[in-house]
Amino acid sequence: MAAVQGGMADAKDDVDIKTEPQSDGFANSNANDTRVLSASPGATATAAGGPKPAGGAPEDQQTLLAVLQFLAKNKLTESAEILRREAGLPEDALDPKGSDPSGPGGAAGGADAEGGDGTSLLSRVTIPPSAAAPAPVKAAGDDQPDVSVVLSAYSQQGDPLLYKVYYRDLKKFIETVLDCHRAELSQVFYPLFVHMYLELVYNNHESEAKAFFEKFSGDQECYYEEDLRILSSLSKKEHMRGNETLLDFRTSKFVLRISRDSYQLLKRHLQERQNNQIWNIIQEHLYIDIFDGMPRSKSQIDAMSGSLAGEAKREANKAKVYYGLLKEPEIELPLDDEDEEAENEEGKPKKKKPKKDSMGSKSKKQDPNAPAQTRIPLPELKDSDKLDKIMYMKEATKKIRLGPDNLPSICFYSFLNAYQGLTAVDFTDDSSLVAGGFADSTVRVWSVTPKKLRKVKSAADLNLIDKESDDVLERIMDEKTASESKILYGHSGPVYGISFSPDRNYLLSSSEDGTVRLWSLQTFTCLVGYKGHNYPVWDTQFSPYGYYFVSGGHDRVARLWATDHYQPLRIFAGHLADVTCTRFHPNSNYVVTGSSDRTIRLWDVLTGNCVRIFTGHKGPIHALAFSPNGKFLASGATDGRVLLWDIGHGLMIGELKGHTDTVFSLRFSRDGEILASGSMDNTVRLWDATKAFDDLETDDFTAATGHIHLQDNSQELLLGTYMTKSSPVIHLHFTRRNLLLSAGGYNP
Amino acid sequence: MADREERRFAEVSRESVKLMAESSSVELSDEVAAMLAEDVCYRLREAAQSSSQFMRHAKRRKLTVEDFNKALRWSNVEVICGYGAQDAQPFRSVKEGEFFFVEDRDVNLIELALATNIPKGCAETMVRVNVAYLDGKGNVDSQGTVPTAVQSLSDDLLKYYQQITRAILGEDPHLMKVALLDLQSNSKIAALLPYFVYVISGVKSVSHDLEQLNRLLHMVKSLVQNPYLYLGSYVRSLVSSVMYCILEPLAASINPLNDHWTLRDYAALLLSHIFWTHGDLVSGLYHQILLSLQKVLSDPVRPLCSHYGAVVGLHALGWKAVERVLFPHLPAYWANLQAVLDDYSVSNAQVKADGHKVYGAILVAVERLLRMKALSLSQPAERGTLIQPGSVAGAMGYRVSSPGLSPPPEPLSEAALGIVSHLQAGGAGCHWEEWSPVPLPDMYCELYSFFGDSLAVRFSTEPGFDNYPVCTPSHVRDARKEPLGPLSNPDNTRKMPQLTANLNISPRQDGSPRTDPAPPSLSATGSGRPLARSSSVQRSRSSSSRSSQRSTGVSRDVFPKARFTSPHTGPPAFSFLIGGRQVGRSSQGRRPFQTNFSPTPPVSAVPPRAYAHKLPVIGRVGKPVRRWALSHYSLYLPL
Repeated sequence: MAAVQGGMADAKDDVDIKTEPQSDGFANSNANDTRVLSASPGATATAAGGPKPAGGAPEDQQTLLAVLQFLAKNKLTESAEILRREAGLPEDALDPKGSDPSGPGGAAGGADAEGGDGTSLLSRVTIPPSAAAPAPVKAAGDDQPDVSVVLSAYSQQGDPLLYKVYYRDLKKFIETVLDCHRAELSQVFYPLFVHMYLELVYNNHESEAKAFFEKFSGDQECYYEEDLRILSSLSKKEHMRGNETLLDFRTSKFVLRISRDSYQLLKRHLQERQNNQIWNIIQEHLYIDIFDGMPRSKSQIDAMSGSLAGEAKREANKAKVYYGLLKEPEIELPLDDEDEEAENEEGKPKKKKPKKDSMGSKSKKQDPNAPAQTRIPLPELKDSDKLDKIMYMKEATKKIRLGPDNLPSICFYSFLNAYQGLTAVDFTDDSSLVAGGFADSTVRVWSVTPKKLRKVKSAADLNLIDKESDDVLERIMDEKTASESKILYGHSGPVYGISFSPDRNYLLSSSEDGTVRLWSLQTFTCLVGYKGHNYPVWDTQFSPYGYYFVSGGHDRVARLWATDHYQPLRIFAGHLADVTCTRFHPNSNYVVTGSSDRTIRLWDVLTGNCVRIFTGHKGPIHALAFSPNGKFLASGATDGRVLLWDIGHGLMIGELKGHTDTVFSLRFSRDGEILASGSMDNTVRLWDATKAFDDLETDDFTAATGHIHLQDNSQELLLGTYMTKSSPVIHLHFTRRNLLLSAGGYNP
Repeated sequence: MADREERRFAEVSRESVKLMAESSSVELSDEVAAMLAEDVCYRLREAAQSSSQFMRHAKRRKLTVEDFNKALRWSNVEVICGYGAQDAQPFRSVKEGEFFFVEDRDVNLIELALATNIPKGCAETMVRVNVAYLDGKGNVDSQGTVPTAVQSLSDDLLKYYQQITRAILGEDPHLMKVALLDLQSNSKIAALLPYFVYVISGVKSVSHDLEQLNRLLHMVKSLVQNPYLYLGSYVRSLVSSVMYCILEPLAASINPLNDHWTLRDYAALLLSHIFWTHGDLVSGLYHQILLSLQKVLSDPVRPLCSHYGAVVGLHALGWKAVERVLFPHLPAYWANLQAVLDDYSVSNAQVKADGHKVYGAILVAVERLLRMKALSLSQPAERGTLIQPGSVAGAMGYRVSSPGLSPPPEPLSEAALGIVSHLQAGGAGCHWEEWSPVPLPDMYCELYSFFGDSLAVRFSTEPGFDNYPVCTPSHVRDARKEPLGPLSNPDNTRKMPQLTANLNISPRQDGSPRTDPAPPSLSATGSGRPLARSSSVQRSRSSSSRSSQRSTGVSRDVFPKARFTSPHTGPPAFSFLIGGRQVGRSSQGRRPFQTNFSPTPPVSAVPPRAYAHKLPVIGRVGKPVRRWALSHYSLYLPL
């Protein structure tokens, strides 16, 4: 039987994140939530906690108490007050003596806070004994049970020498079962192997563990190589405490999907053989998602496995996702004569007319899959935004229709003399500015049009200008500062993520120094430093409607921010390893994150829930892109593969093989016909997205079971491979007219 | 510790840990050291693991010290400073003891701070954009692909294209001339280049029509000469068309009345012209072409006209090509050619005539080879000759006869080609690696063994003019006793280091009997300064006489057959090449040899002519050949 044992581990996870040194601010953020998103009272539940009713389950209560306790201890009375009020806890709940002192999570939280600065990157989640040492005796004492809670699972031990026998036995059994079951049952090997090895290590059977590893590590799937390497470097019980990968393994259950028949087969075998050791591991550390129906084939399994914690549970992808686009605000298109004339000059007015009409009709009709217009409060359009929209529409009429027979032209922006190391690039939507983040902590902005970059005049000078004049916007600019590029100084570590705001007034940058910074492109100064991650922030991106932005980093969470709040509005927690890249859904209601745990998660901005988990990549994910219609997602990883996902159904729908190195950037053309991918292997590849998405047109069975049959048609879908001149392609961008811009540093 | 060896990780040994502890004056027991060592290893691995993510996010492939330090910093370990430099750290060992260390030089801060040569900052980071691919197609076209149909051209261009091709391939010679002229100078036909190249590649379909082939070659020439055209990779296609005309046994050549020889000559000239003017584009083709020429030459099944093409092709590619390909191949080829030439049967008459053609072509080629080689050798020696013009001339010429060791400055005619360096560099990977230059004297001997008089005569003609009296063999021998002594005596010659080296590096791969090195032949100075001239004159005289003497002694014995054939076969070629020059000098220049080679029938200026009459094709002395001859003259002594 597959037991669901999520509760304990999950709760612990939550607490860890909540009680990071920033937890004081976190309480504020709760308050902020209510203000900003007042439209949705449900949103007050913290993202990490999910939709659990506050103070519902006893362990939640305990957790809350522990947090309160911690807050009190740190004299953060106001925050504590707010939290208590919101959680609906009685006044006396906050007893400094802590009548109910420690749910395990609470203790861990306390310890975490104590060890705050002492915690290391490598042993963040639990505290190594050395780091906990300065903590009060009580906390240190409580810390032990916490670690042991996780590890104790391994304390029961059989004869270490029998492990090999057990494993070999099972292996023999699985090798002899019917072909149709073998592939499914083989999934058990890897998690079993890891857990058995860890048990051996935990019980100080170092040499046996080593022998076990050497004997069976070769049998594991090649895509687990990375994890195996980490595993093999570990041979001491003491080392287990601080190892992230192991913690992931222990705190989360490895999820397997097995058909009922195969499962029965396995169960019967283990019971017959009295193989309790393995049975226990399966019971305690594995989550077996049993389905009725045909067992899956090897290729089907391989397509979906590879993540740190197995496949996604089926119910994880059941939630409804409103992937449709929001209705565009209606803007009067000033179709004046001049415009018409311009079109006639182009000579093809016929073609453009219907296109324009279709665009108009699209924006008027409400997409049934779209979220309610006001589901997320969005900033109102300013006049300048409207102007920009008009510009966009005008440009869109000149857009080139791409397709397999009509490939885009590609421009390559080479960053020359980038000795500092180019780490991130972004273009504005209208392709007028390009920004680069560098390893020397600078952010540089270039104008790629003849229009130079100018600062606004100083306050004193601004006082002098005539504010009533028509060209006041022009007058406020300081002509003396005009230059082709500007350098923004402020970070103290490599800049890993960079993003322009849609209105081109702001620029976001995220850095190794743990901050996200908001820069003004009017004054070219830093406006805000958003501190919260505390660890390197790998990526950040503005919402397509501005105002909100998302960031993700080494602390394994993604955070949703609003530019005018210095604390995050949401924390998306759930990834088992670093969040390596973050992207907004075109309708701004969802955020997708890719992680080193080789999974992709889709989060609902409103509720903070994880609504999709996609597994299948065999390496950390470094690129994500939504299709312009919001229906599909493309993801690229270090394994060089690009995977395509149907968001609505929660299915993998395509695999694009071709790149030989990490895929760093993905972008759909403006109409979604072409997917461009850029990689470390110095190539840009173009894929036929239309064909890739058309081919599958929803098979009901696959939709129901989630079992996909991928054809290996990468070669048919590949429309072209374009080499750069020894420059890894780290960013791609389609201009409004569908010209493909790519960028990278030239590495001679 | 032994059981650890198979591990894939770096290990810190117990001893190292102890040593470290000692350096901070802590005594560790073995047990503790072992534990520590293991822990240190683990922590190192851990740090290495986590540092890799910084590399990944910086979008690099190379893990830097900086990455590692970042990982350390985030694990609250003190960073290690001082290793961030880009260049590799020198890792040295101390001989006395197994001790390794990273060299850490002292930096004089004061000096650094007060240094006046402030390094310039590195260039500013900037963004440059280029259209890499237009409409998804590369704008760098792949290797000279030629469109198969004329399409997507503007009407004007299309019209022009049609007019030009019609005119060139049409009947009217005047129109053709105009068209070719325009093709040579029109600056706006770049877009048409692929189409013209395509037309030219049609040579293969008109191999029966000499006239058409000729016109197409003219078209090539016009295109090559057009200064506004960048041929780019199309040059490959052009070259292959030209090569076709040079090498292929054209259908037109079945009829002996067709003068396909001229076509081949012209094509070869064109080839040389392409290499001359577009050396940068075709340099990569050089070896490829040499190989294909060699292949044709070494294929006895091929008709003689193909062989002829190969020889003129090599000749066109320069004397170095001749030296590399034709010369080593000559002994083997000679046998075949000899067989053809010796067959006096009537049925063989046509083939024999062709054979004479080939013979003549080879002779022309090797003559130039000898001359250019001598020239290339003599130039470095010039300084010496200036000091002692007369007496040591021969020795001087001799000592530098090792071009393989120190490449001489290229003679003018070759330098312009810009491809000779390829020869010097040697075709990497091809058989030329084994090739080593044959010293000039050996070469001369060998060639003489094949060509006998006709070769020698050719050489004697130029300088023989004003030195006629001294040219009797006996005179020469007496007069040149001093310079000749060392040459004929290996012991003496070895006293000169250059010479020694020279002797050492003259392996004979062709298996022909080794002859004693003959003295170098003439030298000429391109500048024609009086002093040098006189010296070279003397030297050449000496060498010619010397070689003639040699040939009487050695080659006649070793190659009796060659001896017999040469008088018959030599003169026609000779007469042909000397062409316009026969009148003045040749009769006189040849006189010494008449005395020298008494067995040979006396040859005057007339017999060659008579012989030439017998040859079916006289037309070979066409315009292009004359031009070649002229190019020789320019390097000749202006006597």
